[in-house]
Amino acid sequence: MKKRIVVGYDGSGASDNAVDFAVNLAKASQAGLVIAHVLEWSPYTFLTPTEIEERHARRTEELERAHTAVLDPVMQKLSKDGVEAASELRYGHIAETLIKIADEDGVEQIVIGRTGHSQLSTRVFGSVAGSLAQAAPVPVTIVP
Amino acid sequence: MKKSFAAALAASMVLACTLPAMAQSIAEQVNTLFANSTGWFVSFIFSPFPGTSFPWIVGWLVVAATVFTIYFGFIQFRAFPHSIALVRGDYSDPEDAGEVSHFQALATALSGTVGLGNIAGVAVAVGIGGPGATFWMILAGLMGMASKFTECTLGVKYRNEYPDGTVSGGPMYYMTKGFEERGLPAGKILAVMFAIFCILGAFGGGNMFQANQAHAQIANVVGDYPGWITGLIFAAIVFAVIVGGLKSIASVTEKVVPFMGVLYVLTALVILLMHADKIGWAFGQIFEGAFTGLGVAGGFVGALLQGFKRAAFSNEAGVGSAAIAHSAVRTKEPLTEGFVSLLEPFIDTVVICTMTALVIIITGQLVADPETGLYLLNEGGSAIQTVDGNSGVALTSAAFSSAFGWFQYVLAVAVVLFAFSTMISWSYYGLKAWTFLFGEGKTKELVFKVIFCIFVVIGAAASLGPVIDFSDAAIFAMAVVNIVALYALMPIVKRELESYLSRLKSNEIKKFT
Repeated sequence: MKKRIVVGYDGSGASDNAVDFAVNLAKASQAGLVIAHVLEWSPYTFLTPTEIEERHARRTEELERAHTAVLDPVMQKLSKDGVEAASELRYGHIAETLIKIADEDGVEQIVIGRTGHSQLSTRVFGSVAGSLAQAAPVPVTIVP
Repeated sequence: MKKSFAAALAASMVLACTLPAMAQSIAEQVNTLFANSTGWFVSFIFSPFPGTSFPWIVGWLVVAATVFTIYFGFIQFRAFPHSIALVRGDYSDPEDAGEVSHFQALATALSGTVGLGNIAGVAVAVGIGGPGATFWMILAGLMGMASKFTECTLGVKYRNEYPDGTVSGGPMYYMTKGFEERGLPAGKILAVMFAIFCILGAFGGGNMFQANQAHAQIANVVGDYPGWITGLIFAAIVFAVIVGGLKSIASVTEKVVPFMGVLYVLTALVILLMHADKIGWAFGQIFEGAFTGLGVAGGFVGALLQGFKRAAFSNEAGVGSAAIAHSAVRTKEPLTEGFVSLLEPFIDTVVICTMTALVIIITGQLVADPETGLYLLNEGGSAIQTVDGNSGVALTSAAFSSAFGWFQYVLAVAVVLFAFSTMISWSYYGLKAWTFLFGEGKTKELVFKVIFCIFVVIGAAASLGPVIDFSDAAIFAMAVVNIVALYALMPIVKRELESYLSRLKSNEIKKFT
């Protein structure tokens, strides 16, 4: 199986840098790229009855928005540049989910950006980089 | 713009000034109106079996729970480990991440039932029926698990799903669709009756009673002040959540409520540990009291009656409300929601109510004759003498405070939050019944929500005895109609259950972790 590099992507500037970095890395080592976007979600939060009822519709919207606003633009850019890449869109705890993806797909490295504007990326920073550093099964690169 | 704002401000000032007076006169009018027109209904629902003091409605609920327990072969015990596994997410497909989890469904349904019943209701049960009431309460809780299982499975199976991905479900839908499927008559009539009772119950027990008790608690801590103030604040918050869709308040409550529940149980556990040497004695009292009464009014029948009654008030098994809550969850197997829901009476009654009862017993709140070991009755002979003459919430509060003085404040906050989360839950149940009667639609929903908020103010402002009685009766009337439907449709649940269990055995329904 071809070696692959996972990029934790959230649409922020830093995660764009991470993609650029990973593209060069992939070219050099002839590895495949996986652009992974994780929607922060926990099965243990508490919801009101109305939120429960609307959850399925919200989830459909969230997935659609994640595609159109986050993943599609970067995938289009990559394909325009002639870079082959796959995308992953999942719900879950960000670091844990990235680790799961790395475990599943015979990944040789995880790359994430260091800072971003969105709330999501702030989250990515507090704990994701730290958790990855502690628990990732493969080397992790943090790109400023 | 400025002008209209000033006008609105002036109008609201006038309203705020005249409101208490208005509320007072409205309260009186409503009182008389209700007492005259609904008294027969209330006395019918709560009337005792001839020659006893045992309300037939309590018997109705207990018999139903027993029938379901036997019919489904003690499903609440057989399926208990599987229910836990479902809640833990062992059977959740990772592909479905982002959908409502079984844990979330359980937590939301629980926040609708855990509340005053667990704190005040149990104190009433133990205060009147003695420690023995706890035994019957636990038994009723265990049996009630089968009722919940039946109604929640049906709720999911016969819900309506709409193109936008939302769902509407509950007893109204299994009454119409389920009865039609089995070729039974009168499904529609039952459904309409249920919906009407549900709306009344939502305005009453799920709203005015909660607002009223929350105000009483706050006034108890900060001193007396007019109830309409609490009512307006509560109504504004409820309005912001259910009309304005203000998620933050709802999510804060939904986070704090389970925390309060856990804190309550943990504190109870610590108090029990502090009196560890008396735990054996306390259970002895519970068993002895269950069969002898230990001197309480009405003997062991009195204990049994109180235990059954409070369990039914607290966990709502058979009422049909949980069926509405669970049918909103997206799942491929209706049975999974049935399994998850059977944990609710267990947590609500067998765990939390029992904790309250044990703390009251073990901290020695009930006064017994040291010679005979029998409990002494108060002057009226209606309840057991307590150390400080407390009853209801005050008794629970005194029991907990005897170990930790600060706990009375925690309890006050807990009661207010529980009341609030119960209101949010019942606003949803009432809304579902409302849209069943009048159809789905933004305006129609808004009308219901606004009326709901108005009732918050009315409930907090006045002591509406007859109205409260009526709304309690309405909630139990839901059970009358709902259980008829459950009897009619239980063969369908049995078929589903057999299919599910065989697929579980053959690993067609598989574990993911």
